Amino acid sequence: MGLSSETSVADAFAGLGTGDASEFELRDGSRIAVVGGGPAGSFFSYFLLKMADAIDLEIEVDIYEPRSFKYCGPAGCNHCGGIVSESLVQILSAEGIVLPDTVVQRGVESYVVHMDVGDVAIESPVHEQRIAALYRGNGPREGGDTPLESFDDFLQGMATKRGARVVRQLITGVDWQEGLPQLQFASHSARSYDLVAVAAGVNSNFIKLLDDHPAGFEPPKTTRGYICEFRSTEEEILNILGSSVHVFLLDIPRFEFAAIIPKGPFATVVMVGDDLDEELVHAFLNDPVVRRTFPTNTVPCVCSCKPLINLGARKRPYGDRIVLVGDSGVTRLYKDGIGAAFRTGKAAATAAVFHGVSGEDFEQHFWPACKSIANDNAVGRIMFATNAIMKNSRITRRAMLTMAQKEQARADARPHMSSLLWNMFTGSAPYTEMFRGTFHPGFIGNLILSLGSALVPRQKNANVKNSEV
Amino acid sequence: MVSGALGKIYRDGEVIIHQGNAGESMYVVQSGRVEVVLQSENGGERHLAFLEAGNFFGEMSVFEKEVRSATVRAAGEARVLKIDKKTLLRRIREDPLLAVNLLKTMSHRIRVLNSELAQHRGAQ
Ligand SMILES: Cc1cc2nc3c(=O)[nH]c(=O)nc-3n(C[C@H](O)[C@H](O)[C@H](O)COP(=O)(O)OP(=O)(O)OC[C@H]3O[C@@H](n4cnc5c(N)ncnc54)[C@H](O)[C@@H]3O)c2cc1C
Repeated sequence: MGLSSETSVADAFAGLGTGDASEFELRDGSRIAVVGGGPAGSFFSYFLLKMADAIDLEIEVDIYEPRSFKYCGPAGCNHCGGIVSESLVQILSAEGIVLPDTVVQRGVESYVVHMDVGDVAIESPVHEQRIAALYRGNGPREGGDTPLESFDDFLQGMATKRGARVVRQLITGVDWQEGLPQLQFASHSARSYDLVAVAAGVNSNFIKLLDDHPAGFEPPKTTRGYICEFRSTEEEILNILGSSVHVFLLDIPRFEFAAIIPKGPFATVVMVGDDLDEELVHAFLNDPVVRRTFPTNTVPCVCSCKPLINLGARKRPYGDRIVLVGDSGVTRLYKDGIGAAFRTGKAAATAAVFHGVSGEDFEQHFWPACKSIANDNAVGRIMFATNAIMKNSRITRRAMLTMAQKEQARADARPHMSSLLWNMFTGSAPYTEMFRGTFHPGFIGNLILSLGSALVPRQKNANVKNSEV
Repeated sequence: MVSGALGKIYRDGEVIIHQGNAGESMYVVQSGRVEVVLQSENGGERHLAFLEAGNFFGEMSVFEKEVRSATVRAAGEARVLKIDKKTLLRRIREDPLLAVNLLKTMSHRIRVLNSELAQHRGAQ
């Protein structure tokens, strides 16, 4: 007993995939370029090299990434809320990938939902810290003195330990020469590869360069998010926020949702809304519900950004000798983008090693993983639209709150609303599964009862406190 | 040990899974060490293995509806993460290579047990 699963991928598949050799098969000496060394690029490279090793295939992998994740602030950061979902933490562990304590700034065990009608703390169903709050780079702009490590750097380290080479260069273009993709550098030099994996995210001009590609890529739709880092002391942040992520369902025009995430001496505020601008950010930060939870006027904001969020799938994130992974291709709607980078990165690597690098290989063995995310997103859109309607009415807000509060107060209660809110905010389950849960007779029955009691004038409803958690 | 880190902290000797109990989760050691022991009906116990960071246990109950075949407890303070059966099986459906990963470890464990059995028989 006691062998780490980390050492053991796909050995049983050794010898497979070497039937009739095609021109699109990876061979000893094949060269693969990865444009972008964020999560998608690192996961792709790590699994590609691990699986190639399992079948004794010797390949070269170059990761092109101009950024060093060892820097603090925007220079070293792939702007994000920094939540690694419950499902991804578990799957990484099952893969033998344990996130070091130096990378995880806080393990999260509960989410507190804040509304004008009251708050409710929703505990993790297993009462265990299975969600990681971390920094993608080396922390916020003024974080140089804090002993933290970057998540993206950790992932890149996994890929380099497997043999990937990181080249600190920006790719300025991609061309085709004699059927092979050729990367172009700012120095006007170029290099050909057998396969190019595009993992450049959506916050880069690079993906626009692909619009004219013959494979007919269509860029994903995007919207802007807002992130701000507040700095205090670790004790103060623990005092105010505890080990919980705080989410807000507020009836502010154009406001979608926001979260405040504790990370050591910092707290990250993440916000999403339509046409997000300064006015909306101010309306949120100055809302009384936010003020009573997190008095942003007493802690300084030390770093902020407005990155793009991928809102939809690319039409065809592959072609002969090219594949788009992570945000550049298909990702989950609003949640668990890092989880989607893992899933699409590994799926692309599996397709390339065991099947080949033609558009058809990716269509058959990579696209199904993307399609399952894209189909789930369609259901997610319905869920978010319903949530928007519910959060805009005081009665439905109160019904949601009452139902979740009652479930949390009783250990034997079936947590219908709590599970829905937990999965919706943590991104732990597919949207399809959450949607199915809303058809459960228990969910419908309890929601109707809660709506009924929410309609009763407040005095008669004295047993439901507007508690502050 | 960092309280803000992932998983749950078990104190020295604290039992994580009990032999004979029903269970639906697998566990992965995040830090520290756990001990796997086999308990006999007369109350005695036999040490089977120590598991360290990255090692998993409890996987048998995920794949078959049987009770836990051994007791696992913390050997010193240990931090352990629980993996839900549903999350694991959902992912294996999408990515069967993950199961191959687990199989490799399980097959290694059978090999170790076989060689221990052979040694035991030889000694008799
Ligand atoms: C406001 C906001 C909050 C979010 N919160 C979360 C969250 O809490 N949890 C979560 O799971 N997801 C979250 N996401 C989504 C998450 O950030 C992305 O899904 C994830 O970063 C995608 O990883 P990636 O590797 O595909 O792309 P990225 O992380 O964007 O990495 C792309 C990399 O490519 C490099 N690159 C770009 N162009 C070039 C070029 N021309 N040459 C070479 N390199 C290049 C960049 O430097 C970068 O390192 C959030 C997103 C936003 C916008």
